[in-house]
Amino acid sequence: MLTDTKIKNLETVANNIRESIIEMLVEAGSGHTAGPLGMADIFTILFFDVLKHDPQIPDWPERDRLVLSNGHICPVYYATMAHAGYFPLEELQTLRKFGSRLQGHPHREFMPWLETSSGPLGAGLSQAVGMAIADRMDGGNGVDRFVYCLMSDGELDEGNSWEAIMLAAKEKIHNLIAIVDRNNIQIDGYTEDIMPLDDLAEKWRAFNWHVIEVDGHDFRALSQAFNQAKAIFEKPTVIIAHTIPGKGVKEFERDFHWHGKPPSLDEAKMALHELRTLGGKIQSEHQ
Amino acid sequence: MLNPHSKLNPKLFNPDVEQVPIRKGFGEGLVKAGEVDANVVALCADLTESTQMHLFKEKFPERFVEIGVAEQNLVTVASGMAAMGKIPFVSSYAMFSPGRNWEQIRTTIAYNDRPVKIVGSHAGVSVGPDGGTHQAIEDMAIMRVMPNMMVISPCDAIEARKATLALAKLAKPAYLRLAREKTPVMTTEETPFEIGKGQTVYIPDTGLAQVGIIATGALVYKAIIAAKELEKEEGIKVAVVNISTIKPIDAELIEAIARETRAIVTVEEHQIAGGLGSAVAEVLVQKYPVPIEFVGVKDKFGQSGTPEELIEYYGMGVKSIKAAVEKALRRK
Repeated sequence: MLTDTKIKNLETVANNIRESIIEMLVEAGSGHTAGPLGMADIFTILFFDVLKHDPQIPDWPERDRLVLSNGHICPVYYATMAHAGYFPLEELQTLRKFGSRLQGHPHREFMPWLETSSGPLGAGLSQAVGMAIADRMDGGNGVDRFVYCLMSDGELDEGNSWEAIMLAAKEKIHNLIAIVDRNNIQIDGYTEDIMPLDDLAEKWRAFNWHVIEVDGHDFRALSQAFNQAKAIFEKPTVIIAHTIPGKGVKEFERDFHWHGKPPSLDEAKMALHELRTLGGKIQSEHQ
Repeated sequence: MLNPHSKLNPKLFNPDVEQVPIRKGFGEGLVKAGEVDANVVALCADLTESTQMHLFKEKFPERFVEIGVAEQNLVTVASGMAAMGKIPFVSSYAMFSPGRNWEQIRTTIAYNDRPVKIVGSHAGVSVGPDGGTHQAIEDMAIMRVMPNMMVISPCDAIEARKATLALAKLAKPAYLRLAREKTPVMTTEETPFEIGKGQTVYIPDTGLAQVGIIATGALVYKAIIAAKELEKEEGIKVAVVNISTIKPIDAELIEAIARETRAIVTVEEHQIAGGLGSAVAEVLVQKYPVPIEFVGVKDKFGQSGTPEELIEYYGMGVKSIKAAVEKALRRK
C-alpha cells in the first residue's frame, strides 16, 4: 500500500517530469506532446516504486526489464530516467539534436541503458515476450524478475502486436506485464474512428490474458494493479491504463491534434505556468 | 582443374557425385552449435522440418520455441531473447523471413546489433513447383543493404554446417541463405572456411586465367562445370571463385582475380540487381574496373517448374554461364 506521503512524492515527481517534457519539446521544436504527458504518472510509479532497478548500476543483471514499444513517447522515458538519476537533468535539453544520446526515437546504441530501440510500432511486446521466455529458460537465474512492456492503444492496429499476445498466452508467461496506454487517440484521430479497438479488455481476455483496467492517473489504483499483476501466475497480465492524452495541461487534454506536435513557445509558457501552479497545489493539499 | 588448396571433393565431376540439400548442413550444424554453447536457442515459424530445425528441437526441446505462422513475431521474439544473452537462430522460408519481416529485423536486430541469425531456407528459383510466390530471389539484396548485418550464402551442405557453427560463435546479426534442393557436395571437411573469405575453387591447368567467374550458392557447381567445359572445348582458361560471404565481401580476392583476368562473370540464383553481382561491381568500379557479365534472374518473378527447367529458363545454367564468359572475353 502506498502511504499518503509516498503518493504526494509521486505526484510531485510526475509534475516535475511533465514540466521537463514541455521544456524538452519546446527546445527540440518537434516531437510528441500528448502521449508523454498522459504517461507521466505511469512512468513515475514504475521508476519510483515498482521497478527493480538501480540508476547507479544501469546494467545490473538482476534488474527488471522495461520495454517501451511505442517509442515516440520517449520524452517521458528520458525525463523520468533523468529525474531518477540515470543522467543529469540538463541533458534533457539535447533531445532530438545532433550527437545527442536522446534520439528522436529511442536507440540503444546511443543510450545503452535502454533495453531496446523502438519507433516502428507493434514490435515491443514480442521482444518483451522473448525476454521473458529467455529468462524462464534460465530458471530466472534464481532471480524474481519481471518484464514490463509499455505499449499504446493505436499500435494494437499492428498485426505483430497480436502475434505476440497469442504467443505469450500460449507460453503462459507469468513474469510479463503489459501496460496499454488507453488514451483513445492516434495520429489521424480518435481510435474508435480510425480503427475501433473496443471491447479492448474482452479482446485480451479472449486471447487468454489476465486483464486489469485502471485509471492511469491514480497512483493508489496503479499500485494495486501492479501488485495484482505480479501475483497472477497462470497467465500473462495486461494492465489497460485509461489515461488522458495531454494530461496536466487543460488546453492539450483529450485533443488528438497534440499527438505528434510540440508546443510553441507561448503554449509552452502557458503549460509550464499551469503545471507549476498544480505543483504548488500538490504541496499545499498534502500539508 | 580443381584448386588443390581448396581440397574439394575429388568426385566432383562424377555424374553420381553425392547430392545433399544445403539446408541439411544447417540442421546438423545447429545441433552441434547447441552442444557447444548452451545459449544457442532456436525459433521456427511452423516450418521446423522443412528448414531442418527439427534436429535441434528433438535434441534440445527446452531451447526451442514454436512461434506459429508469424514471421514478424519470430524475429522480434528472437531479438528479446538475444537481449537476455541468448544466441537465437530463427528459420523460415527466405520469402517470409526476411521477406515479410524486414523492418522488424532492421529495427529490433540490426539497429540493436543483437546476435540473431536469420536463416532463410528455400531461397532461389530452385524451390521449383511451389512457384514464384515462394521463390526468394531478392533476399540477398534486401539484407545486404542493412547496416550491422552479415550475409552468408553457402555452396553446399558441408559449407552450410561450417557457416552455422561459425555464426553461432559471432556476436553479430547475420542472414544465412539456404537452398531446398539436393546440391552436389563440392567441399570436404578439409576445405578452408572463414566468414568474410572467398575461395578460388577452380584454376586453369596451366597459366593465368582469361576470365574469372565469381559465384555463390549452389550455382558454384555449375560455374565449375562451365569452367571445365570451356577449357576443354574452347581452350578458354577460367578461374572460379566461391564467395560464400556476400557481406562483408572479400574485396581483396575479388580485386586479385580481376587483376589476373581483366574480365569477370558473376553467377547467383538471385536478381542481378542488388545481389552478388552488384556487390562485386561495387568493389571493382572502385578498385580495378573491368568488364563484368551478370548471370542471374533479370528483373523477373519465378514460376512453377522443376529446378533444372527454371535454372535454364532464367539463364543461370551451364550454357548461360559459358555464354557470359565468352561475352566477357570479347569485351576485354
